[in-house]
Amino acid sequence: MHPIRRQRLGVVLFVVLFSSLAVGLVMYAMRGNINLFYPPSEVEAGIAPIGKPIRVGGMVEEESFRRNIDSLLVRFVITDFQSSLEVLYEGILPDLFGEGQGVVALGVLDSNGRFIASEVLAKHDENYMPPEVADSLKLSDKTSIGY
Amino acid sequence: MWTFFHKLGSPPWFYSIAGRILQWLLPLTLLLLATGCIWGLLFTAPDFRQGNSYRIMYVHVPAAVVALAGYYVMAIAGAICLIWKMKMAEIAMRATAPVGAFLTLTALVTGAIWGKPTWGTWWVWDARTTSMLILFFLYIGVIALYEAYEDKSIASRAAGILGLVGTVNIPIIYKSVDWWYSLHQPASITFTGGSAIESSMLYPLLLMITAFYSLFASCVLCNMRVSLIKREWRASWVRALVKED
Repeated sequence: MHPIRRQRLGVVLFVVLFSSLAVGLVMYAMRGNINLFYPPSEVEAGIAPIGKPIRVGGMVEEESFRRNIDSLLVRFVITDFQSSLEVLYEGILPDLFGEGQGVVALGVLDSNGRFIASEVLAKHDENYMPPEVADSLKLSDKTSIGY
Repeated sequence: MWTFFHKLGSPPWFYSIAGRILQWLLPLTLLLLATGCIWGLLFTAPDFRQGNSYRIMYVHVPAAVVALAGYYVMAIAGAICLIWKMKMAEIAMRATAPVGAFLTLTALVTGAIWGKPTWGTWWVWDARTTSMLILFFLYIGVIALYEAYEDKSIASRAAGILGLVGTVNIPIIYKSVDWWYSLHQPASITFTGGSAIESSMLYPLLLMITAFYSLFASCVLCNMRVSLIKREWRASWVRALVKED
């Protein structure tokens, strides 16, 4: 290879390596902020700030969902299978919301350790199958894979 | 083998060989797209949880996959352009950028349309969606940077360097759903672990991914032929071509 071209190849590799390194360090420094939400175990550990708008995410615990009779207020518990967190929300839930399903909620932690949500989003998992297959796997209403 | 690479650098040779490839690649692309769309949209079962809205993945996933792969094509062309100063590599880089930008935009828009009924929101600033938006800006940036210079040898060098720096983003997009908590689901199809998509839904998806690769190649080759003619319009081979027709 011609020496000038070899030098240019060196410059190209340098650009790729050092920009990767720079971006890698930036992401390492910002690792907490890139996460979209806190799982309940981090809330319990006190990592999540109280009284500030944050997102929490986890799986809606089985048989934890309660609906108020005369308002849109709902209450459910989310879990990451290590600890759990009670969520209160007043509003319309997305279609895919359900017990055993993943959710991400935006809101604030109150001093009683409850989460007052202003927005609840359903987190879809990576599994796709026709209803018949799901029936045969007994998954049609709930799934235990991921959250 | 080296003579093949040297021939690649020759505009008349490349123009005619690309034309011959396109003769069968374009009909093949249309056939694959039509088959994939009809199969995926009409002949697969609805999803057990999402119903029919999941079908948007037959456009969303191929567009995103090819947008990522296309970025490497653009960056490698940019690197060849930087090291060997090959005109054809510069033309390839310029031809790839708008196609990649369009595919990324398609993935973003279809993702938003899918996100509204599934997640409950059009957009969320999680790692996957944000890094995909950055990919779109990178493609646009490469185009803009190239167009910003009067002197095209400086333009291709600047755009090539931006393209190379942007390659950092590709593994980030790919791994974003594993490295951080995000709303976007993890990958359904992995290189090592098989597929979390039931096979009757998976085959049309794989067909659509092939169709999009073929579409990408056709668009890039068409773009390259056009810019060759534009750049070389004074050359004798272009005149001969015009006289032929």
